[in-house]
Amino acid sequence: MLKCRTVWRTLAPLARTSSTVCRQNARRAGLNNGRLPACVPAAHMSTAPAGGGRENQLYVLLVGATCVGGAIYAYRTVKGDSQRYQDRIDEISSRPLKTFTEEPATPTQSEPPAAPSPAEPSPPAPDAEILAPIETADLPSADEPAVEASPQEAAEPAAALIVEEEPPAAEPAEARPGVVAEGHIQGYLVTLVTTILPEPSPPSEPTPAELTEPVADSESPAAESAAAAKPAEPQLEAVTESGDASPASHKVSSHTPYLLIGGGTASFAAARSIRARDPGARVLIVTDELVPPYMRPPLSKELWFSDDPSVTETLRFKQWNGKERSIYFQPPSFYINAEELGSAENGGVAVLTGKKVVHMDVRGNKIKLDDDTEISYDKCLIATGGVPRNLQVIERAGEEVMKRTTLFRKVEDFKSLDKVSRNVKSITIIGGGFLGSELACALGRRSTESDLEVIQMYPEKGNMGKVLPEYLSNWTTEKVKKEGVKIISEALVKSVVSKDDKLEIQLKDGRLVKTDHIVAAVGLEPNVDLAKSAGLEVDSDFGGFRVNAELQARSNIWVAGDAACFYDIRLGRRRVEHHDHAVVSGRLAGENMTGANKPYWHQSMFWSDLGPDVGYEAIGIVDSSLPTVGVFAKATAKDTPKAATEESGTGIRSESETEHTASSPVASSAPSPTGVQHKDEYGKGVIFYLRDKVVVGIILWNVFNRMPIARKIIKDGEEHADLNEVAKLFNIHDD
Amino acid sequence: MSYCKQEGKDRIIFVTKEDHEAPSNAELIADDPNDPYEEHGLILPNGDVNWNCPCLGGMASGPCGSQFKEAFSCFHYSKEEVKGSECIDHFRDMQECMQRYPELYPQDDETDSSSQEAESRSALPTEKDSTAATSTAEAAVSADGTSPTDEQTAS
Repeated sequence: MLKCRTVWRTLAPLARTSSTVCRQNARRAGLNNGRLPACVPAAHMSTAPAGGGRENQLYVLLVGATCVGGAIYAYRTVKGDSQRYQDRIDEISSRPLKTFTEEPATPTQSEPPAAPSPAEPSPPAPDAEILAPIETADLPSADEPAVEASPQEAAEPAAALIVEEEPPAAEPAEARPGVVAEGHIQGYLVTLVTTILPEPSPPSEPTPAELTEPVADSESPAAESAAAAKPAEPQLEAVTESGDASPASHKVSSHTPYLLIGGGTASFAAARSIRARDPGARVLIVTDELVPPYMRPPLSKELWFSDDPSVTETLRFKQWNGKERSIYFQPPSFYINAEELGSAENGGVAVLTGKKVVHMDVRGNKIKLDDDTEISYDKCLIATGGVPRNLQVIERAGEEVMKRTTLFRKVEDFKSLDKVSRNVKSITIIGGGFLGSELACALGRRSTESDLEVIQMYPEKGNMGKVLPEYLSNWTTEKVKKEGVKIISEALVKSVVSKDDKLEIQLKDGRLVKTDHIVAAVGLEPNVDLAKSAGLEVDSDFGGFRVNAELQARSNIWVAGDAACFYDIRLGRRRVEHHDHAVVSGRLAGENMTGANKPYWHQSMFWSDLGPDVGYEAIGIVDSSLPTVGVFAKATAKDTPKAATEESGTGIRSESETEHTASSPVASSAPSPTGVQHKDEYGKGVIFYLRDKVVVGIILWNVFNRMPIARKIIKDGEEHADLNEVAKLFNIHDD
Repeated sequence: MSYCKQEGKDRIIFVTKEDHEAPSNAELIADDPNDPYEEHGLILPNGDVNWNCPCLGGMASGPCGSQFKEAFSCFHYSKEEVKGSECIDHFRDMQECMQRYPELYPQDDETDSSSQEAESRSALPTEKDSTAATSTAEAAVSADGTSPTDEQTAS
């Protein structure tokens, strides 16, 4: 008791003194960030007042010793762990390296060190141990070709080395070099297995022979899809015979330098960019669609206006000027087979269709497909786009309703909707945005030829209500009505039921709409399935993968297209779901994957046509909730989308810029408009969208080929006092 | 004369041709030709060929990409009197390659002349590279009828 009090009495002044000392030290050291350095009283005891005594010193000693002891313990633990880890790595990496003497660092050499980390949490040792006698014979030898740069060279040395290591395995091994020539083999399994066991013992003859095939087959990057599935069977069987249920992880994987997940516009643009900048690049595109990359805009526009009855097969559309093209970016002969990717002399682009990436291992730099194939990469692009959203009421409405509902996005949706439109009497489109309005106009056009009823319903007041200012949205709605569409605005769907082979849509305000088929165009849900396994950030405001201004999510991973929520230096963080953005961001991602480090700078544009009379191009943030300033002139016959494309010779509006940039003013043949526009005819003009007095978005309304000027104005980001003056730059009265 | 009205937060101005006759006094910031962020046309500021130019379509990235690059580079750096006269072999290789992919490179004589045409026009200052782009684009687009939708900056 007494002791405590004494201790306390001696400590108090001590504490005060030490804290003062601390503060003084802090000030002297300039650490004026409000935090005192951790003042271990022990450290300052040397300046303790002479009033200390025996007890004092003892106390000091104890505290000091404890702290130091704790620190040493922590340090040792950390050091020990990292040392153990390092030892493990070294051991593992030393093993594959032992088996071959040559070779420059190829991508696969980085794999063995990387592999152990995923290898460790992998299947339990007992499995591996049993498998090892069977596998190790093959795998070390299989590992050799992995490091070979040139497939031809691999043949000789591989055979030689294999012979050295394992005489029994020599026979099957020699048979393999020819096949081995294809691609690389991931050392993942090797390292997993070799860590557990010592050097392989000579295996029995039949098993290596049995496994020769699966290994050889699965070497080729794409053959694994089909081939690996089958050889995996005998392999598994062989294993189970030994009394063990082997997990699927024993599929052999392969490698590609550039991996693009998703086979849409962004992916293709990236592939092209990579090939242009990295000569001889090998690019693998993995897509769950069954067709090679294609462009989407014609699916809701030009393809519907085609006169060709076989358009659903050919997917070719005739542009206004008669020039025909396919929606596919390149014909199939452009792409090389995935199996040949590794050996192609000048590299190439390979497309693996019908495969979905289900898991992404960022640490190991590899992905897993839905057929359990693994592909490792050096650089990866995620361009997974999105899936169309559906209305909850429709999802809950049951199968009969779902059967009669189309969520429009892909080629097959176009094909099915085309068929439906020829066979039903009434189609209802739910959604008043770009897709909904374009489809409504396209189907409305068709309704003039048949007795098809086309209804469009949406919660807004007018078409494109979230994009166009109200006056323009209303004007647009009138135009859409003229295309033969029945518009039901301010419509909120309450329920949908299937009755007597027809669908009954009940709206919240009581109206009832009877129809045969529904097309839901209510938005896009970005596909971020890989975020979880890859540990990538998902944006909560806009959805999609969060990436920086250079479109990078993590060091070797980029995201482009609809799925990317990126930082636009000029306009702030956003996510854009337009075709040209997919092209621009895909191209940028490709550039950055080949070392460019450029931020998103070139502003992408978008366009829409609503029938032959209404067409516009837009750039930047075009949100109807922003204040707008519109400058209009009266349109002449020349100001229609049709005329624009005829002039430029292309139907894809973003391309018209490439073809025919800002034209010099041409004397209009029609008499110049005189007089004031009393009637609200919004024939053609420019609309500026403002945010804090700065123009952040521009719509060119029936005014074409002026996009570079619009882009420049947004790039400058200046506050313009008089937007009429800015509008003059566009020469809206001219052609 | 123009007139103006306000609908809520949206302002609408109607203008006649005469209203817009006077040159604009809106100020635009001068472009920096060496801006590293900007997209470039066919020729980069340092004089190299921009293989990623949308104007080239798929020429530099397709199966015959390497042959095209060699031929075009040779032509680009050629200092002969008849520009590119020493590049005949490269162009021949390129043409041979392209003949193997008739689907991708529809066989007109345009493919050869297009590059030369583009080159001659790209001799003009970079601001005008849109023109160069136009000619190559036209050639590229017609030669490779399925070129993707790429956009060309012309600023």
